[in-house]
Amino acid sequence: MEKINFYTVKSKTLFQRKIAEKIAFSVFRSSAFICAGALGILFYFLISRGYSAINWTFLTRPPREAMTEGGILPCIIGTFGLSIGAIIVALPIGVMAAIYLTEYARDGKILRIVRLGINNLAGVPSVVFGLFGLALFCIYLKMGVSLAAGALTLSLMSLPIIIGATEEALRAVPDSYRYASLGLGATKWQTIFRVVLPAAAPGILTGAILSVSRVAGETAPIMFTGAVFFTPSLPSSIFDEVMALPYHIYVLATAGTNISQTRHLQYGTALVLIALVFLINIIAIVIRAKLRKKMKI
Amino acid sequence: MSSGKKKILVEDLDFYYGDFKALSSISIDFNENEVAALIGPSGCGKSTFLRCLNRMNDLVSNTRVEGKIILDDEEIYTSGLDVVELRRKVGMVFQKPNPFPKTIYENVAYGLRVNGIKDKNYIQSQVEKSLKQAALWDEVKHRLKDNALGLSGGQQQRLCIARALAVEPEVLLMDEPASALDPIATTKIEELIHELKKNYTIVIVTHNMQQAARVSDVTAFFYMGELIEAADTDTIFTNPGNKKTEDYITGRFG
Repeated sequence: MEKINFYTVKSKTLFQRKIAEKIAFSVFRSSAFICAGALGILFYFLISRGYSAINWTFLTRPPREAMTEGGILPCIIGTFGLSIGAIIVALPIGVMAAIYLTEYARDGKILRIVRLGINNLAGVPSVVFGLFGLALFCIYLKMGVSLAAGALTLSLMSLPIIIGATEEALRAVPDSYRYASLGLGATKWQTIFRVVLPAAAPGILTGAILSVSRVAGETAPIMFTGAVFFTPSLPSSIFDEVMALPYHIYVLATAGTNISQTRHLQYGTALVLIALVFLINIIAIVIRAKLRKKMKI
Repeated sequence: MSSGKKKILVEDLDFYYGDFKALSSISIDFNENEVAALIGPSGCGKSTFLRCLNRMNDLVSNTRVEGKIILDDEEIYTSGLDVVELRRKVGMVFQKPNPFPKTIYENVAYGLRVNGIKDKNYIQSQVEKSLKQAALWDEVKHRLKDNALGLSGGQQQRLCIARALAVEPEVLLMDEPASALDPIATTKIEELIHELKKNYTIVIVTHNMQQAARVSDVTAFFYMGELIEAADTDTIFTNPGNKKTEDYITGRFG
């Protein structure tokens, strides 16, 4: 066989090829750094401006003096309640829907329509969820502006995320487990409940918690349904209205009477919200790591 | 062929993946307390055939079966038959060891639990018995609460055999059970098969000619979705009736 003569055939030199590689890699690297850097700058911004507002009173007292003084305790409690409520509703429904979609549903027209619906649910703007929640939960179901209505609206919003994460986790469970179980005379439901779900649990839980951290920071879905401008008392039932961190930021920054005086409170509240979201994410990571270790996956 | 009681009768079985005919008019019988080896080149349909025997192919969409398989005078491809009960009676060991990510104990107890048994003492004795039958008891008796995925590949496969035995099936299907194992583990599995045939009807798919010769009483040679020849293992390996069989077992193709 004749060898290639690199001097006569038109070809890139080794030097040229290495330069191309260097350029490509540095572009990729800087892209990654820009992503991480954006988060870093955001943090720096929030911490440098907000940390002066953070103190014990801020975290444990309600607002005073037309919200220019005092703390944000009702907002923390409210956001906490809304998130917990959302997950309690959305997790079982989302997991059951995902089990149906991945384990039971036969391919066909109905399945395609259901899937299309779920995917589109993920694309619905959050303010539309808010208006929908207002119409359905607050007005039609007569819940009024309440913790329950806000949590239900947020749960609708987190459903596609939970369903997506659960489907992915279920699909990651090797079919060999399913075959082994069915081969022993287990029914399909026993197989799912005793083998597939436990193996998928870390993924499902992580997805669920991450979805909570996503919706915990939403403003639009709760501003018509659950959160109010100001309420002096903490909620005593799920049909009480609440204050919430994201809406409180919005109120202080745009609709209050003392916008510039409360600037540091706005940054402080944002910092608390971000910290809360981070805390939830860290909990998700720890739970996943623990479950994975237990199952050696 | 040996004179044992017939356990499974296969009559004129065709199998389709969509339009592709993977098996055509297979007829063969399996006797009680015998080991039958299915051999043939990759893609010849032997594993597909094995999975027909406990209707595992039902799980693959767009497949179709024609013909009859009769287990203990009962046809298995009828709508009246309960697949769940069939699979308890016809156990299966897979090519790759597939223990559940549970404890060793729970792996073996699983089949009993899903079949509705709640008696703890019975489960415990059955777990011990099955692990002993699978020649794994001495290696794991002190760590039954450990995760099964921490066992070696050979141990995992014996655990899977124990798991299959725990529900006391009547037939044991083995799909290349030793192909992922080293020679020592393979020897153990083969000795085990010898031991097990006293109580079970065993059908084993293997790519290893020596293994087929060592463990089986009868051997069936599959080629391109057809059963070319089935006879006593001695006959197949010393005096095959078909040229293709001879070519395959002497390594001329496959």
